[in-house]
Parts: sequence; C-alpha cells; structure tokens
Amino acid sequence: MTLLGVEHLCVRFGGLTALEDVCLAVDEGEIVAVIGPNGAGKTTLFAAISGFSRPTAGRIRFAGRDVTGLPPHRLCAMGLVRTFQVTRPFADLTVRENIAVGVHLRHRSPRRARALAEGVAERVRLADRLDQPAAALTVAGRKRLELARALATEPRLLLLDEVLAGLNPAEVAEMEPVVRDIRASGVTILLVEHVLQAVMRLSDRVLVLVGGRLAATGTPAEIVRDPAVIEAYLGEGADRLVTAESPRARGA
Amino acid sequence: MNPAQGERAALVFLVLAAPLPWLVDSGTLVHFGIMVFQAATLGQAWNILGGMGGQFSFGHAAFFGAGAYTTAILQLRFGVDAWSGFFAAILAGAVVALVIGLASFRFGLRGSYFALVTLAFAEVLRILANTLEITGAGVGLLLPLAPGLERLQFADRRGYYLLALFLCAASLLVARAVAGSRLGARLVAVRENEEAASALGVDPFAVKMRAILLSGAMAASVGAFYVQYFLYLDPHIAFGPQVSVEALLGPIVGGPGTVAGPLAGAFLLQLLGEASRALAGGATGANLVVYGIVLILIVRFLPGGLAGLARARAERAGAGS
Ligand SMILES: Nc1ncnc2c1ncn2[C@@H]1O[C@H](COP(=O)(O)OP(=O)(O)OP(=O)(O)O)[C@@H](O)[C@H]1O
Ligand SMILES: [Mg+2]
Repeated sequence: MTLLGVEHLCVRFGGLTALEDVCLAVDEGEIVAVIGPNGAGKTTLFAAISGFSRPTAGRIRFAGRDVTGLPPHRLCAMGLVRTFQVTRPFADLTVRENIAVGVHLRHRSPRRARALAEGVAERVRLADRLDQPAAALTVAGRKRLELARALATEPRLLLLDEVLAGLNPAEVAEMEPVVRDIRASGVTILLVEHVLQAVMRLSDRVLVLVGGRLAATGTPAEIVRDPAVIEAYLGEGADRLVTAESPRARGA
Repeated sequence: MNPAQGERAALVFLVLAAPLPWLVDSGTLVHFGIMVFQAATLGQAWNILGGMGGQFSFGHAAFFGAGAYTTAILQLRFGVDAWSGFFAAILAGAVVALVIGLASFRFGLRGSYFALVTLAFAEVLRILANTLEITGAGVGLLLPLAPGLERLQFADRRGYYLLALFLCAASLLVARAVAGSRLGARLVAVRENEEAASALGVDPFAVKMRAILLSGAMAASVGAFYVQYFLYLDPHIAFGPQVSVEALLGPIVGGPGTVAGPLAGAFLLQLLGEASRALAGGATGANLVVYGIVLILIVRFLPGGLAGLARARAERAGAGS
C-alpha cells in the first residue's frame, strides 16, 4: 500500500527552482533513499513533505489523504515526522527531556513520557546519556537524539535527513542496525544520505535527485550501474559499492 | 540546589513569612513584604511566558494595568463589589492577553518583534487611559477608603500582607503545575527551538496562547491587588514602562524559567532598592540605577540568575564528593 505520494511537486525560492515536477511514491514498510549532489533539493523535498515549506505546485498525499499545506505539527500527529540535517537539539534540556517532548505527542502524563523516553533512548543506543544536557552531546550523539525524538512521536513514516553524515565508519556501522530495527518495528523510512555504502546496504529503492529533478529510480544495484547517475553524481567505479559491500547484492 | 529544591525552599519561605508581621511589630517590614510578594507574583506571570516559553514581553504593564483599571472602574462607576471586581480584573487580563497573543503569535512574531508589540500595546493603553473619561484621564482614579473584608480593604496592613502572600503562593503553585505538565515541557521546547518543537507535533501557536493567557490573567491579579492596597491609580502607575521592567527584572535576576526564580529575584531587588533609597537619602530613581547595575552584572556574569548560581554550586559540590 502506498503510504506517501508526491505528485508533480515544484518548489521555487524567488527565481530559483529547487524542485521541478518531482513525483514519487513510498510503500508501507519500505526503506527508500534519496541521493544526489549538494544543492540537488533533497532537504527542500523533505521540508515540503513535512509541511515546513509550502510547495509552489503539486500535491502531497499521506496515508490516503491529501495533506498539502498542513502544518508540521498536524502531519506529525498523523504519523509523518522528519529529522533535521543540521541538528536542532533543545540544548538546555537533558536528553531525556528532549525525547519526552516527542513522547508527549501521544502521552499526556509527564512521568510516563520520561519513562517511555528511556525505551526510545535504548533503541538508538543513547541510554547512557539520558540525564546529560543535550548541549554536551557529540555530533554522533546529536544525530541519535534527532532520531530518538522523531521516533518518540510513534510515526508511521520517518524522514531522515543525513543522520549518518559526520559520523566515522564505526559509528555508521553502529547506526545501520538501528535503522533496520526501526523498519522492522513497522515504520516506513525515507532517508537522504551521502554515505553511499550505507545507502546501498540499507535501502530497498534509491531515488536520485539532480538539479531539482528525479534523474533515476531503482534498486541500489540498478542505480550504481545507471550511466546517467554515474555521470551526474556517483562517478566511475561506483558499482563496487554494492558488489563489494552489500550482502544483499552478494547473495543475489 | 536543584529546581525542585528551589521550589520547596520558596514555598517554605512563604509559609515561614506568613506569621512574621504578628511576631515582629514593624510597619516597614509589612510594607516591604507586600512589595516583595507583589513583585514576585508579577514576575511569575512574566516568567511563565518569558522564562519558560522564551517569549520576552516588554509590556506586561498592559495586563497589570488592565486588571487595575477594570476593578477600579467597576467599583467606582458601576458599583460592583471589590471581590467581583477582582475576578473581573483577572478576566480582563486574559482578554488583553488574547488580543496581544492573536496579534503577534498568529503572525509568527518572535523575539524583539514580539517584545515591541507588547510594549506598543502597553503604551497605547497608557495613552487611552490618559484620554478617556471613564479612566479618569490624567487625573486618575481614587477609590474611597472603606475597610472591610467584603470590600477587600483592610484597616490593618497585615491583611494586605496576607493577601499578597496568598497571591504569591498561588502564582508559585500555578507555575509549578505548569512546569511539571505537558504544557510546560512544550513551552520549554518552543523556547529552545520552535521548528524542532513543531516537527515533534507541538503546535507553537497553541502553546504560546495558553502561556500568554495564564500570564496575562496572573499579572492582572497583581494590578487588582495594587488598587485595593493603594486605592489610587493613574495611567503611568498602571501602564508605565516601569511596571513592565519590574515584571521581567525579578525573574531574570532570580533565574528565568525556574519556579523559584521570580520570588528570589523580587526579594533581592526590593532589598537592594530599599538599601539604595536609604543610602541616596530618598533621591528618586536611586533604586532604578541600582536595578540597572544589577541587571548588567547578572546578564554578564550569571545568565542563569540566582537559580543558575545555586545549580552550579550544587553541581560543583556533587562533582567534588
Ligand atoms: N529557504 C531557501 N531560500 C532560498 N533558497 C533555498 C532555500 N532553501 C534551499 N534553497 C536552495 O535550494 C537548493 C536546494 O537546496 P537543498 O538544501 O534542498 O539541497 P540538498 O540536496 O539538501 O543539499 P545538501 O546535500 O547540501 O544538503 C539550493 O540551491 C539551495 O541554495
Ligand atoms: Mg540537505
């Protein structure tokens, strides 16, 4: 079943066209990745889907409803939540209090919110930092906190904007099972990522955005062999990313 | 001291302060106490919106004055009793808050823009009060002296002392309830980062409206108390900028966003104000100079206010043990 549908989406900032006639669909239970060069419009796409910017044209459908123009908090209540590429922790609050804000969407009691925040922190491996101020977290910690807060709202669709960027390879390797577990728990995931190995290992499908247009879509294996994608973004030798590293590709 | 300890300390302070005028026979002390409780309650009103919610108002005089004029006009011009006037004043504060909230939050005004809008509202109300006949224009309003509990006037100043203490305690309990609730968590989230909060399902507009309604009603109750105590009101007293400054100074000095901060700040500032008045031999404005200096020092060296200082000390002690 289609959970998210984007139809002929255009976003313009004054004279600049950030997104041009973008159409895509995400099915329930999928992990779909959006890749593309800097400035391709990936974050703009997320902002439009999550209600942070109003599309110039086009429609957004979520769970069978037209949600174009709804504010972020309404979409979040419906189960569509985003994280921010540039993390936005509530710096003065502890990790637990940060996560509790997300939990509060579906749970009124503050005591229960703080307790449930613990479980969420465990899922993203942040449990040992629960009572630290968010301002004290490292980059990796802040990325996890973004993820934890979003997860705390009990979403159906999670938009992850570069949650792996800025992490070292060991930290990336640690986050991959976290993302997989989230999907296994029934959450659909649309993610933007520059860390290509991880993208290839994690996602069922990949969308390539170049200059505000969808240049290609396909499985990871198809994408890395697509000449147009190689030319526009990946460069020569990209297919090694899947053949050498992806267990899925090796098994196939 | 952590915030929860601070709250308890503030409540204990109020309980201990209650019988004080009956133990120590001093009119100065009673008046001092009244001024502290009044400033603390006004500060707490500001604190809920500005400290917890990060919406810095520079015009809390609008609420204070609306409350003061509402009860004064109702009593003088319409023969309404003081108690009903008091509750009507609280309602009037909420109505003014509704108008200011809609006029600014609906249009996403934040930061200095919001501060300016609140300031403008207070000034407009001051000018209106200065012109209209019903408010007594520049002459102001004088309430007849008529002591009696049913008229909310006391021949013995200690009655006012208890009433002010009660208002202060009530404001503290309300702030504590807010801080410990979902609304409080959301207010703080909006203060820290509005976009991130809305991404997590928080409706910033709804949250800010609730805070300003509560804040406005609370500040208006202080205005109504002022009228009962001094029995006189004019546009400057009600809507002048010194009221707005007093509202924000206490919580900023005491610890913005903390429940105990406004009381601690009000106490310190009143103390300093009295001291400077005594030292300056009653030169008017001496206390304002001292307030200014204190504010500069606090902002420069103690951004968390007294509460921040207490917390830092506790953390150092905790780390040392
Ligand atoms: N609010 C805005 N106003 C004007 N231009 C904007 C705005 N937001 C984004 N843009 C422009 O739109 C284009 C797409 O930006 P976007 O942030 O979506 O790219 P991106 O694919 O997320 O890039 P990156 O990989 O660097 O994160 C860029 O040219 C950017 O400068
Ligand atoms: Mg981006």
